Amino acid sequence: MMLTLFETLLLGIFIAAIVVASHWFGQQAYTWMPVAATAEAEQVDRLFSFLVAVGAFIFLGVIGIILYSILFFRAPTGDYSEGHPSRGDARIEILWTAVPTVLVLWIAFQSYDIYERLQILGLTPVVHLHLQEPAVAQTVQNQAKPAVEQIEVIAKQWVWSFRYPNNITSNELHLPVHRSVRLVLHSQDVIHGFYVPEFRVKQDIIPARTITLVLTPNRTGKYRLRDSQFSGTYFALMEADVYVESPTAYSHWLEQATQQQKKTAVNPAFSAGAQSEKTLLNSGWRTGSFKNYT
Amino acid sequence: MTDDLSIASKLPAKQNWRRYFSFSTDHKVIGIQYIFTTFIFFLIGGLLAMLIRAELLTPALNVVDRPLYNGLFTLHGTVMIFLWIIPCLAGLANYLVPLMIGASDMGFPLVNAIAFWIIPPAGILLLSSFFLPDGTAQSGWWSYPPISLQTSSGQFINGEFIWIVSLVLLGISSILGGVNFVTTIVWMRAPGMTFFRMPVFVWTVLSAQILQLFCLPSLTGGLILLFFDLALGTNFFKPLENGDPIIYQHLFWFYSHPAVYVMALPAFGIFSEIIPAFSRNPLFGYRSVALASFGIAIVSAFVWVHHMFASATPGWMRLTFMVSSMFVAVFTGIKVFAWTATVWKGKLHLETPMLFALAGVVMFLFAGITGVMLAAVPFDLHVNNTYFVVGHFHYVVYNTITMAIFGALYFWFPKITGRMYAEGWGKLHFWLTLIGANLAFFPMHPLGLQGMVRRISSYDGRYQGWNIVASLGAFVLGVSVLPFIANVVVSWSQGIKATNNPWHATGLEWVTSSPPPVENFEEIPIVKRPPYDYGDPKVAVIEPVGEEGS
Repeated sequence: MMLTLFETLLLGIFIAAIVVASHWFGQQAYTWMPVAATAEAEQVDRLFSFLVAVGAFIFLGVIGIILYSILFFRAPTGDYSEGHPSRGDARIEILWTAVPTVLVLWIAFQSYDIYERLQILGLTPVVHLHLQEPAVAQTVQNQAKPAVEQIEVIAKQWVWSFRYPNNITSNELHLPVHRSVRLVLHSQDVIHGFYVPEFRVKQDIIPARTITLVLTPNRTGKYRLRDSQFSGTYFALMEADVYVESPTAYSHWLEQATQQQKKTAVNPAFSAGAQSEKTLLNSGWRTGSFKNYT
Repeated sequence: MTDDLSIASKLPAKQNWRRYFSFSTDHKVIGIQYIFTTFIFFLIGGLLAMLIRAELLTPALNVVDRPLYNGLFTLHGTVMIFLWIIPCLAGLANYLVPLMIGASDMGFPLVNAIAFWIIPPAGILLLSSFFLPDGTAQSGWWSYPPISLQTSSGQFINGEFIWIVSLVLLGISSILGGVNFVTTIVWMRAPGMTFFRMPVFVWTVLSAQILQLFCLPSLTGGLILLFFDLALGTNFFKPLENGDPIIYQHLFWFYSHPAVYVMALPAFGIFSEIIPAFSRNPLFGYRSVALASFGIAIVSAFVWVHHMFASATPGWMRLTFMVSSMFVAVFTGIKVFAWTATVWKGKLHLETPMLFALAGVVMFLFAGITGVMLAAVPFDLHVNNTYFVVGHFHYVVYNTITMAIFGALYFWFPKITGRMYAEGWGKLHFWLTLIGANLAFFPMHPLGLQGMVRRISSYDGRYQGWNIVASLGAFVLGVSVLPFIANVVVSWSQGIKATNNPWHATGLEWVTSSPPPVENFEEIPIVKRPPYDYGDPKVAVIEPVGEEGS
């Protein structure tokens, strides 16, 4: 394929333009995500930005060629004369098989690298996470404690409950900031999913199995946990409040919770609010239950 | 086949509309029966989708109650996959494959008719569950246990029961069709129709049907065990009775991921027919495009766990399936680049089939890119089960495959009916579809990134903006089929008579009359030329390298 000087110049400008544009898209990608509230979230966002940049480059490149063809290679109406007879070019075909293969391996390597940094499954202590811990947190008391705070998450249709180290149970998830937390996930009935969008990582909860998820919240605030695996009639309502707070506020809340009478969250299946929801169409179908299966 | 069957297929066809409602063994009649029946199911599935979108216009629950909402999305998915796309493409292939390879019919005409006639009763059975006291299946089209085993009525026959029975029936139909397609393509090609002279559409049907034969039994097996758990009290998948719900997920996705390619491959075949004809160029890199079909089929049989990254899946399995999933992009990339190169320096005609094909390719590229993103485990763990996934696969099933089906229906309309469709109405249909589809499905990507989970009947107020756009898009899509229906009905009866080859396309189906005679060809043709024999040697832009055929 011989190109004239003008065509080469045009091609150069086109490639430069899509490089700039895809870099811009990659940077924009950070703003398309919810705020990042864990150390893991920052890693995921970095990967997403990379994927968007690579994807935008390919998308704009191919679309550019197709649009150029639509604009400039039109046949006059009714002219069904033939185009060119080229049936292929081994060099080009090898190129467009080899380049995507390399690209895919590169993307896979980047994803693998970031997955390794997450170390979200299992008990392995997460080295880089300790770097995130501020020096203030390194008190003698903290060192005596296990490095990882462990909280049990119990899902059932359609309420969440959380059991804390001092055996307190609550329907709110409180987490100390800048400390890695090991969430031990249990389900009492069907498959549920643990998902706080600001934390990024998500994990299904399988009945009769224990799955752990290690996270390090690094931004204080109030978030929303929601069930991410379809769990039946009131699936949409299975949410809980999540508070990421300073270690002092966290231990203060733990103490308070010990003294207070335990409040139970309202299960939407039995709450008057959900039962009397007015809708245009009413099926009269009843809520699923394990009548046949317990 | 028995003698009286071959005689039956040779009887002169009743040249009236009644034959489409009769038990015919003519592959062309069966093809039209498939397309017509599945289009009805497409309209029903679309109505279910519009009810879902009506509910999601506002954050609060106000259109349908929660059990009904769950039934709507369960049946929407099931109808669109198992009663629209898979059988509609089987219908198109039924009509076209024998014509394209120069055969007089499919290998087993009676089996062909039986495969079709399973579909209407199975579909009606599925939809009838809306009238049960406690309604349809409500556990999503994956029907994951244990939620799918949680029935509200406790009665033996319930929505889930009917869902399983109807899916097993549809599976039997697909297997019968698969055996027939593979046999026909391998054994019934006309003299001279070597494998590397077959149109890419035939290659894609062959690879898709082999994939289906290999993977579908896994789903059927899984469904039968699920049925035992549901109706007979076994404990295969009940976690609290030492059963394993994760095994079901593997059995389910072992077919249901390849099913995406059973649907997508023929769509790629359609693009490969339409784009060269309307560019007046040969399909660039024909051999690599044809072989890439098998590349896609083989790789896609080993990627199913990417649906389960957030499930109880160990790290090594996540990473292995991440890499295998990404390799699908290499083979689909070969096809996208080949279509792009075919268009390059061509003589483009932008009639309706070409518009649908080009838009389909562009939107498929978008879907492919979000697909590679989803294969990246750390990113998937964020968007898994969110609207990002819903947006991604609607760009595949609607914006790619359904676009391809519409492109195919316009492209082969003159061949099937013997009349031309109205171009203006076709373009109106195209633009409404393009606008509606992007309005409906693009907003799902930002919604998913922001954390909106799929299958929720009410949602947080901060997601409302994009949901309104998506709902409006869905209603535009609803309207978009009206010009199509009007066009088909009017043109079929009153359109201008079509010549044998109105598009000046290559391919054996354009050699015979429009519509083709019962025996397809006056005499079986002898193939002497390579496929996609377009192109004027005087206007070569690239020095032909590795010239094939002739």
